[in-house]
Amino acid sequence: MSRTYLPLWITFALVLLMFAAGASQFDGFASLRVVTNLISDNAFLLVTALGMTLVILSGGIDLSVGSVIALSGVAAALLIGPYQWHPLLAFALILPCAALFGAGMGALIQYYQLQPFIVTLAGMFLARGVATLWSEESIAIEHPFYDAVAEFGLELPDGGWLGATSLLTIALVLLMLVLTHYSRFGSYIYALGGNSQSAQLMGVPVARTTILLYATSSMLAAMAGIIFSFYTYSGYALAAVGVELDAIAAVVIGGTLLTGGSGFIIGTVLGVVLMGLIQTYINFDGSLSSWWSKIVIGGLLFFFIALQKLLSRSWQQKAGGKA
Amino acid sequence: MSEQIHNTARPVLQLRQINKNFPGVKALQQAELRLYAGEVHALLGENGAGKSTLVKVMTGVLQKDSGEMLLDGTAQSFATPKDAQHAGISTVYQEVNLLPNLSVAHNLFLGSEPKRFGLIDKKAMAHQARQLLSSFGLDINVTAPLSDYSVAVQQLVAIARGIAPKRGAACTKVLVLDEPTASLDADEVHTLFQVLRQLKQQGVAIVFITHFLDQVYQISDRITVMRNGCFVGEYQTAHLNKAELIAAMLGKELSQQRHHTACLAVEQSEAILSARQLSSGQSVQQLDLELPQGQAVGLAGLLGSGRTEICRLLFGLDQADGGSLSFAGKEVKLSTPAQAIALGIALCPEDRKTEGMIAPLSIRENISLALQAKQGWWRLISKKKQQQLADFYIEKLQIATPDSDKAIGQLSGGNQQKVILARWLAVEPKLLLLDEPTRGIDIGAHAEILQLIRQLCQQGMSLLVTSSELEELTAFASKIVVMRDRRKVAELAGGDLNPDRIMAAIAGASV
Repeated sequence: MSRTYLPLWITFALVLLMFAAGASQFDGFASLRVVTNLISDNAFLLVTALGMTLVILSGGIDLSVGSVIALSGVAAALLIGPYQWHPLLAFALILPCAALFGAGMGALIQYYQLQPFIVTLAGMFLARGVATLWSEESIAIEHPFYDAVAEFGLELPDGGWLGATSLLTIALVLLMLVLTHYSRFGSYIYALGGNSQSAQLMGVPVARTTILLYATSSMLAAMAGIIFSFYTYSGYALAAVGVELDAIAAVVIGGTLLTGGSGFIIGTVLGVVLMGLIQTYINFDGSLSSWWSKIVIGGLLFFFIALQKLLSRSWQQKAGGKA
Repeated sequence: MSEQIHNTARPVLQLRQINKNFPGVKALQQAELRLYAGEVHALLGENGAGKSTLVKVMTGVLQKDSGEMLLDGTAQSFATPKDAQHAGISTVYQEVNLLPNLSVAHNLFLGSEPKRFGLIDKKAMAHQARQLLSSFGLDINVTAPLSDYSVAVQQLVAIARGIAPKRGAACTKVLVLDEPTASLDADEVHTLFQVLRQLKQQGVAIVFITHFLDQVYQISDRITVMRNGCFVGEYQTAHLNKAELIAAMLGKELSQQRHHTACLAVEQSEAILSARQLSSGQSVQQLDLELPQGQAVGLAGLLGSGRTEICRLLFGLDQADGGSLSFAGKEVKLSTPAQAIALGIALCPEDRKTEGMIAPLSIRENISLALQAKQGWWRLISKKKQQQLADFYIEKLQIATPDSDKAIGQLSGGNQQKVILARWLAVEPKLLLLDEPTRGIDIGAHAEILQLIRQLCQQGMSLLVTSSELEELTAFASKIVVMRDRRKVAELAGGDLNPDRIMAAIAGASV
């Protein structure tokens, strides 16, 4: 029981520790403003990581998400700018298209029994390539809707401010929480990650689940792209390079097993928060190079992967003990 | 005899004249099975008898070639396991096919979880799981992951899932248990049997596949015996004693003609290998064994009696943890097959498909493999030498193939077996261990392999041959060692070398 939750507790403890360290050293660190900024600065990463969590829970991986963020940003900027679409209309086109893109990758993985790594790597090049083809330059977005959204938000005490994108992100987290832990689709994802052959024998619709899973991941990445465009007021083909790796790191630090079958949405949230806190700490300090955040994240990853190995080994011993 | 009792009732499931062929193998020929509601029906037979094929046909994993399957009197055929499940036929396989990462409750109800407001109601699910398992005498934390529990508990959970009510499906009429007790200890078996008795009272027909005959007598009402894909007979457990049962399983068409030839002359020759009190964990216990030079010794016993384990032990695949072993007069300790090969011991394993042949490689490459390994990989056997070797054995063993470059996977079972034999003969071993050399091969090749064994004896090679076919053993063995429950229970030689005596020894005290 506790083994399942142990990585989660460790991440939670690290988040508290990091926050306490910041609060004790810097004035203004322990404020709602820092917390809300943490959410709005990392909103697009968190949304991406939510989809990545599903994929990793199923035992797969999705390397295409960073490119999908860029592609959907460029598409949105083009549709809103030169083509004069209303942003909502543009989103209504982009999100289903992204879902189709993901479903296509899922179908390749399922029906041709291809490695998710290779299929989504191809998807990554494809999406980035198409985005660059459409525009090599960054395209600025200017639309009254964007201004309206930027002004919308919840004023909180202590300098806190939850903008529209932050609220949307929180809503998505809640939605994914329910979907993953309380829906049949969610349990099928865990089943795939546990043992896809057993899952098949137990009547899990493996093909449908796999396709839906990658569709969800791509759609969330497109959503992250849209959120990112609200953050930068632009669409750029070379945006979000390497975000797929940040998302994977967040998922792993959040305690999800890379081999699939074990993990929690809330873990991923904690993972993103921890990574964001490290960055915030470095920003507050001012003298530290921001590359330190990469170094710390690298160290954390090593730690969590070793922890996973240890835990799954004691798991196997327990399960194999009687066989 | 069972007809007297059941002629008024209709079987809940009846399989009639089922045929199933795989390329080159007749897996089922006119197989029969009748299941009545509220009985435990033991389905018995040695390895390769066709039990699992029959079960797979019954549960929709495989499609029958011909024959009839009647469920409640109406003809049925299932395209997928799911169809069979929907019709009320559930299967629990030997390996637990559940999800170790999910909770016990979720394993029970995956795909048919109780819901509330469209979401999975975990509380209700746990409650239902506890109820279901309490009828099995299991009081465990159903929210913990399945991997927290022993294989025995997992097995019971698998059975519980098998009979748990499912969405849109008929309630379970037939429950198939494939070797459910293989990994259970005595107490756990006891619990399982209590559950089975309960299910029986609820009117479920239970198919119980096992190789533990004592358990057959403890729990089953009727027995169907299969051999070589054929239906042998249907019996009432109470009216069939153990010796009769074993006779049915092993076959008793006694050919009076004896092939006893030169190597049967029981001359005292020196022992090439002798084992004293040799033990290996649970698999072989305190074995005394002498293999004389230039003779073939037979190893008899039911499946799981320790035959294969002895072969593995003598080839260094398993390690001994007690007793001593001497080979050619010298004390030896075998811990790897390489050591055994260096001494001159070779093993043709039981399952040539997974342990013997390398299917995509050619006959030539398969034959030279062991010799190459013995010489060391740095002294490559030239292609010309390989060719000579292959041609020699193709001729000598009459392997039916156009040339030696054909992939071994494309040969028939008998010819594959000959290639594997050739591989080890090429090493010129002093002692050859043959584990079930004649399984799954046709009559012609069968006779040729027996002939070959006798020839090898005459040339001075020593052999240890396991087989389920007793006449076959008496055809070439100078002595036969009988195993039961991991122990040697008899050693027969001379006038005692006949299938009846072997059978009596296998059956043990209950005869």
